Amino acid sequence: MTATAQTTSPTRRSTLSKVGHWAMNNGALVGLILLCIGLFIATPAFLTIPNIINIGIQAAVVAILAFGMTFVIVTAGIDLSVGSVAALGAMVSAYSFASLNLPGILTVVVGLGVGMLAGSISGLAIAYGKLPAFIATLAMMSIARGLTLVVSNGTPIDTSDTVNIFGSRVAGIPVPIFAMVLAGVVCWFILSRTVLGRSMYAVGGNIEAARLSGIPVKRVLVWVYALSGLFAGLAGLVLAGRLRSAGPQAGSGYELDAIAAVVIGGASLAGGSGRATGTLIGAILLAVIRNGLNILNVSSFWQQVVIGCVIALAVGFDVFRRKTDS
Amino acid sequence: MSPVNPTRRQTLGLTAVLAGALSLAACNRGGGEAGAEGGGGGGTVMLSVSTQTNPFFVQLVDGARKAAEELGLTLEVQDASDDASTQANHLQNAITQGVACVIVNPTDSDAVSASIEALNAAEIPVIAVDRNATSGELVSYIASDNVAGGAQAAQALAEAIEDTGQILVLQGVPGASATRDRGQGFTEEIANHGDIEVVAEQTANFDRAEGLNVATNLLQANPDVVGIFAHNDEMALGAIEALGPRAGSEVFVVGFDGTGNGLAAVEAGTMHATIAQQPGELGAQAVEQAQTVVEGGSPEAEVQVDVVVVTAENVSEYL
Repeated sequence: MTATAQTTSPTRRSTLSKVGHWAMNNGALVGLILLCIGLFIATPAFLTIPNIINIGIQAAVVAILAFGMTFVIVTAGIDLSVGSVAALGAMVSAYSFASLNLPGILTVVVGLGVGMLAGSISGLAIAYGKLPAFIATLAMMSIARGLTLVVSNGTPIDTSDTVNIFGSRVAGIPVPIFAMVLAGVVCWFILSRTVLGRSMYAVGGNIEAARLSGIPVKRVLVWVYALSGLFAGLAGLVLAGRLRSAGPQAGSGYELDAIAAVVIGGASLAGGSGRATGTLIGAILLAVIRNGLNILNVSSFWQQVVIGCVIALAVGFDVFRRKTDS
Repeated sequence: MSPVNPTRRQTLGLTAVLAGALSLAACNRGGGEAGAEGGGGGGTVMLSVSTQTNPFFVQLVDGARKAAEELGLTLEVQDASDDASTQANHLQNAITQGVACVIVNPTDSDAVSASIEALNAAEIPVIAVDRNATSGELVSYIASDNVAGGAQAAQALAEAIEDTGQILVLQGVPGASATRDRGQGFTEEIANHGDIEVVAEQTANFDRAEGLNVATNLLQANPDVVGIFAHNDEMALGAIEALGPRAGSEVFVVGFDGTGNGLAAVEAGTMHATIAQQPGELGAQAVEQAQTVVEGGSPEAEVQVDVVVVTAENVSEYL
């Protein structure tokens, strides 16, 4: 919200240059629109209502992880554990249902709670233990994945019917999309409407200045990683709900997609900037690329090349914009 | 079967650090054990298995034990717990013990190579089972015939869709040996069924969630598909989720591996067939080759263990 909200100089701009300026400020959105137009021209199967809903459902897990990651990246941190934490939350939830016979609603609470607990531990290690975020969350990534394997004994476990709602449709509305929107609204609200959110930007902008101006930096950091863990827990439930089972290897590598979504959405890894709307666009952009490559039946070898190029282009464009602005 | 483990690479860095710290302690402990057995290395065969938390490898060890008992061979089983350095220690101990032959089921094809070279230097013959080693000399390599399995999958699917219609293929991790072999066998065999058209081949990285997403996308683009072959059961189960009630009635899905969930889906009728490996047979074959080595004969350089097609008709034998 701070660095991204550019003040427009009050000059007599032509409509064209206004459009140009807007486009420069919304690189990811412009990229997304161009990509959609290109795919629409390439194949009629792309722009159909069922396919658009598919893209929404497929973007949901990464988007929810990325909303949590937005808090982290705004504070100049990184959370490598979200994919594993999502898997752990879902697995403990499934275990609590299958082996402990907990009622459905509690299995949801367990899934979210485990995620938030794992995030809080990372947060404490970073804020009070002085561990670099990269290391603390790398350790948590390994620990959470290991615990997922321990709990599951290496095989998938069926999830409760209540958890399965997270992956299904209620009254025709796909719940993953609903969960994504809800997570997005919560992320937007915290970042732009609360003291905690403003403190996150301050910590990410200049941690020393934030501390000197009386912001409880350590508490803010613990909250940031706890929220990231909570969002990971939700993402895990959506992922498991869609498959009606929690898998031991579920969500591996998703942390990188989440980071990419946040950065494509215009946040800087240096901290101090990032918006929920940008993150949403980043996550949808990744889902559209994957969907389009599948529909066009592009070789799986080339898909990774294409995805890498898009990430580099999106972020490169953003860096270029910042340079010309300043 | 080489269950593909995408997290291994990520955790490797951390593991390496820990492994350094632990290896000394482990070495000492292992040495003690070897001593306690009182130099019984003479006719002993060591089986170093990657893990015992995965039922596949538990069955492999069971098969090996049974065969060893029948042949009157002393088999010493070591579980590396999916840790390359633990396995290295076990293989180091094999040298100090002076065992007659080592059967190794590598945790990692690259990491095990140094140990195999050390065994080569000590003139202890090495047999690899299920996974190969990148370098070092093996007297024998025992693995499932993934190429034949791919062809059997093609036959099962062709039979289900009566040799006609459009099909999708969900590929494994690009470049992995299981992906290559299963894909090759399937592609070669499906070409013999002229009226079947593979309309799309896409990777879902052996992952169930990706299988769901990719199958959904492909079904969107190809609504007339009647069959899906997935390079493993996990992706097949994802495709079944994508198909919903159409799975098993309008669209036939064939998986690979014969995992617990896969077999359950075959029984439920949502998965038409899965190609099951025979881990017990892998273990037994390895021990048989080891017996040949111990007796001074020359073992077969490569043993391909058959895979079996499991459908609703014979699934009860595997559950």
